[in-house]
Amino acid sequence: MEEIKGQSAAEGIAIGKILVYKNQQITVDEHKVDDPDKEFERFITARDKSVNELVRLKELADSKTGKESAEIFTMQKMLLLDPDFEDAVKDEITGQHSNAVFAVKKAGKDLADFFSAMEDNEYMQQRCADFLDISDRIARVLENADCNLNTIDEPVILMADDLTPGETIQMDTTNVLAFVTGGGSVNSHTAILARSIGITAVVNTGIEADTKLNGHMGIVDGDGGMVLIDPEDEILEKYEEKLKKYNDEKKSLEELKTVSTVTRSGRKIGLYANVGNIQDVVRAVDSGADGIGLFRSEFLYIGKADFPSEEEQFESYKKAAELMNGKEVIIRTLDIGADKKADYLNLGKEENPAMGMRAIRICLKNPEIFKTQLRAIYRASAFGTISVMFPMITSANEVGRALQITDEVKKELSDKSIRYGEVKRGIMIETPAAAVMSDVLAEKVDFFSIGTNDLTQYTLAMDRQNPEMSEFLDTHSPAVLRLIEMTVRNAHEKNVKVGICGELGADPKLTEFFINNEVDDLSVSAPKILSLRKHIRELE
Amino acid sequence: MVQFSYVINDELGLHARPAGLLVKLASGFTSTITLKCENGEADAKRLIALMKLGIQKGSNVQFTVAGDDEKEAVAALEQFMKEKL
Repeated sequence: MEEIKGQSAAEGIAIGKILVYKNQQITVDEHKVDDPDKEFERFITARDKSVNELVRLKELADSKTGKESAEIFTMQKMLLLDPDFEDAVKDEITGQHSNAVFAVKKAGKDLADFFSAMEDNEYMQQRCADFLDISDRIARVLENADCNLNTIDEPVILMADDLTPGETIQMDTTNVLAFVTGGGSVNSHTAILARSIGITAVVNTGIEADTKLNGHMGIVDGDGGMVLIDPEDEILEKYEEKLKKYNDEKKSLEELKTVSTVTRSGRKIGLYANVGNIQDVVRAVDSGADGIGLFRSEFLYIGKADFPSEEEQFESYKKAAELMNGKEVIIRTLDIGADKKADYLNLGKEENPAMGMRAIRICLKNPEIFKTQLRAIYRASAFGTISVMFPMITSANEVGRALQITDEVKKELSDKSIRYGEVKRGIMIETPAAAVMSDVLAEKVDFFSIGTNDLTQYTLAMDRQNPEMSEFLDTHSPAVLRLIEMTVRNAHEKNVKVGICGELGADPKLTEFFINNEVDDLSVSAPKILSLRKHIRELE
Repeated sequence: MVQFSYVINDELGLHARPAGLLVKLASGFTSTITLKCENGEADAKRLIALMKLGIQKGSNVQFTVAGDDEKEAVAALEQFMKEKL
């Protein structure tokens, strides 16, 4: 048995087979084949398998993000089946007696080159990625290469060196029992994703994921931040018992779905959910959330070849509003930049991205991007209770500009007689500047939401993605708690509601602190809602 | 044989997603459907060929439809172009 120590990023226990994910490039070895017809048959088989992968991916995207974004997979499927692509591969195999992988990669590259040479057509130029993507997909199938994250067929413990936000968003997590990553930190995106969908995770093990471990038995102890490989029988039994107890406890929480969130002495606090896609909204409804406190709209932007259209966004926001059935849905406008990137935004490389072009700064600089999103949000507000929230605010001037653009969007919609509901407007308090100026900012908006992750990072000047900071980073730093106290006080003087939407909101050690300070609501990942409700109901 | 032309109105031109939908629609008819523009012509049932034309906003594209179901095909194609592009 091998024992690996890491950091606990999401609690729970997982027992199952290990699957190692390596995002490696396929190295193409070029060689001649004796039987080109047979080689071409291999291509056809691999292509059809790839088509099936794309069909599954599309279904997944349908349920995760809505119809229009799923179309990309239909398009890729058509490219795969296109006779021109097939002919190119066939010519190479039958004409040159090349092996299938080489022929596929060559066909993909030739097409990619053709499109990237379309100099006057930037959109078509970017399509070269699609051709590289489809040829890679077939090449992986041909080479029996490591798993594709999109299609995991049996329950597994997924081990990787690290996962990018793009990889995590595309992943089909229904069969992932646990994540184990060599790098990352408890606040990396993989960790946040794991918590939001209730999957056990251990990160920062410092161990390189080795494909030799594929298929080996593993135990992930999310509470202890530990991974056991090839455990002995008695240890396995011990953990199976633990897992059973854990599941039983989970069941007993189910009874708390419909009760209200009050302490013994009758003090109330709202319990909202943080969501990152439509599946999360469904989970929020299932856990009896009082609303959506943070709808991370980034999932619509990340892992895409292009901007999401107004329609695509509208469909997602509308769906969330409808699913919540009248309960509030707070949509945070685009919070991209820093560690979350999208290539098509063409953000230059920055010396210090956490302090550079991100979130509201991108939106104020590119009002068209911002307006498209705001239009989608306002149109969706006709179908439920939607609020809009601006991230990374540092000054009253920024708030003023954002509100002005919002007013313009409202006017444009009214002029076209397009319906919208009453949308409350709020801001994130996640920079020390916003917290310090909260008395002034409170005069401009309807609500605040304190983003404790960034507030902590910027107050302490410590990078939350840097695993080496763990030893210095006091997650309950009194400096941050003071800023929170001050923000809540300033907000309530102006009748502005305050929620907490960062990781601290789910920290049971701070629940009493928040209730004592009369915070209006806590927004946490859906799987945390019931246990937090239980905890609150046990407080005085 | 029936012909009609249409000026692309979409900001991104005949971009990948609608091109895919167009191919899907065209493939549902038995008629041959050819699309012609200043950059050349292509079979409307072949996505890569269509994309290679790099049709941009403002391009005038001409459809030539020939076959048993040409009337239905033209009606459907015209409606599709107006709605999506």
